Amino acid sequence: MSDTFFTGAPHWTWFIIPYFFVGGLAGGAYFLAAALDWFGRPEDRPVVRTGYDVAAVGAILSGLLLTIDLGRPLRFWHMLFQSENFPAIMFKGWSPISFGAWAILLFGLLSVLSALGARAEEGRLQMPALRAVGGVVKGGVAKLVSGIGGLLGLFIAGYTGILLSVTNRPIWADSPWLGALFIASGASTGAAALILLAPARGASERTLAWLSSFDARALVVELLVLAAFIASLGSLNRVWVSFWGLLLLVGVVGFGILAPLRMHAKPAQAAKLVLLGGFLLRLATMLASEGIDRYRVAAGL
Amino acid sequence: MPEPMGFFTDTTVCIGCKACEVACKEWNQLPAENGGIGELSGDSYDNTRKLDGIHWRHVRFIEQFKGPYDGRWLMMSDVCKHCVQAGCLEVCPTGAIIRTEFDTVVIQSDVCNGCRACIAACPFGVIDVNPVSGTAQKCTLCYDRLKVGLEPACSKACPTDSIQFGSIVELRTRAHKRVDQLKAQGVKAELYGADPEGALGGLNSFYLLVDEPEVYGLPRKPQLPSSRLAKSATFSVASAAVLGVLALVGLRKRRMDEQSRGGGGGGSSNV
Repeated sequence: MSDTFFTGAPHWTWFIIPYFFVGGLAGGAYFLAAALDWFGRPEDRPVVRTGYDVAAVGAILSGLLLTIDLGRPLRFWHMLFQSENFPAIMFKGWSPISFGAWAILLFGLLSVLSALGARAEEGRLQMPALRAVGGVVKGGVAKLVSGIGGLLGLFIAGYTGILLSVTNRPIWADSPWLGALFIASGASTGAAALILLAPARGASERTLAWLSSFDARALVVELLVLAAFIASLGSLNRVWVSFWGLLLLVGVVGFGILAPLRMHAKPAQAAKLVLLGGFLLRLATMLASEGIDRYRVAAGL
Repeated sequence: MPEPMGFFTDTTVCIGCKACEVACKEWNQLPAENGGIGELSGDSYDNTRKLDGIHWRHVRFIEQFKGPYDGRWLMMSDVCKHCVQAGCLEVCPTGAIIRTEFDTVVIQSDVCNGCRACIAACPFGVIDVNPVSGTAQKCTLCYDRLKVGLEPACSKACPTDSIQFGSIVELRTRAHKRVDQLKAQGVKAELYGADPEGALGGLNSFYLLVDEPEVYGLPRKPQLPSSRLAKSATFSVASAAVLGVLALVGLRKRRMDEQSRGGGGGGSSNV
């Protein structure tokens, strides 16, 4: 019996599960956009611009989901500043949720800057204020922003898994692999989102082919890390003898990883399945643990 | 500076009267569950069932019955352990959870924003959200009473002194004497959380048990959440590095393929 079974569930459910999915996707999309921005060709620009847009929308949506989920949403800023000693900073480097709050804020700022820079590049900004900001984000500044943002994107994709591991809850705290798993899933879902959205922005076939190729590799990494995650749970794996285990096996491994890997000829359909698998991965890992609340092992109960 | 204060709960003299639960609810003005409409657990005489945001004391009933004439009741008044190394305090991102001058752990309800990280971090399942305040709540060890020299409401109300309040050093001495007394009578008695060298640096609310900790719903080796941080972060960095290399190798391969075909990519490379 793992000691984690004696703990209470934090009720991280219908706002946090979508946040984990959207945040991972946004982080992965920004990382790929930044990689193409730094090391790609001019023909990759439509995907770069799409990636920054996806990241900006995803970061804003993430902030909203996290705020709505709070018991006292108007106190969201207590995570950033000391409420009794404003404007002193509130930050705990050893607490993933504290670290994450600042990372989301910074990631949101950088992704919006990159998105504005990309739109200014296309001449699509009408408002003078936005055009002025977007106009600054070019050349070396744009590269610096995307370089930091790209690394931060991977952090955003993965810190949620670390946050779950740095608890005392069943499944989450019983394995050190969740952060690695969510990073791989963030990369694969980020690539999938770009495969679906970038063609409308004029993405070239060669860039899309690179994205599909990367997505396949990210899915293989995800499958290997998922196997390590399951192996690390040991006897605790009996928790998967449930609906959530079925969802993990059929929804995540079957439809979300293996099926897309076999669908080379249909990248758009494969990408849709990758997104579904990414969401179901968060759903299964979150709710399988949430369902275990103060397990009663007292004799006779 | 006051010395560390806490509870020693001798479960062998608990009679399950729930006076502590009632005193706690009254003093802290905690709301009734389900609008005051009682819900029976259906499989136990214990109808409180757990500690949460509106139950800061819970008298756990453990009914060990193999047959009508073969069994026993174990009773334990459970509460926040006020860990010397507290997981909730460690992860709280708002600074709402503090350590007081009495070495107890208190959630400041006016600072907490209800993120619920502390609920997942607590090794004992003590904390939960109070639906009235929307914030995480738990036993404060009656911080307001301690400040004016009163003892906590629960221990004050306990009719058998199963819950004893006092300085931790004095309580530990008393607890060890009680264990020796019980052992001399042939009772299998052990202390849980009394060792300052043990898990979480010792618990400022510790227990005398006569069965395994798990039987009382207590983890055998409670841990700090941060004990898992280094390994999880290392694996995550490794995963990120692998994906980063895969992305860059893919881009390089694309460029090499284009060069070997003698074609351009429609523009100059940035590499």
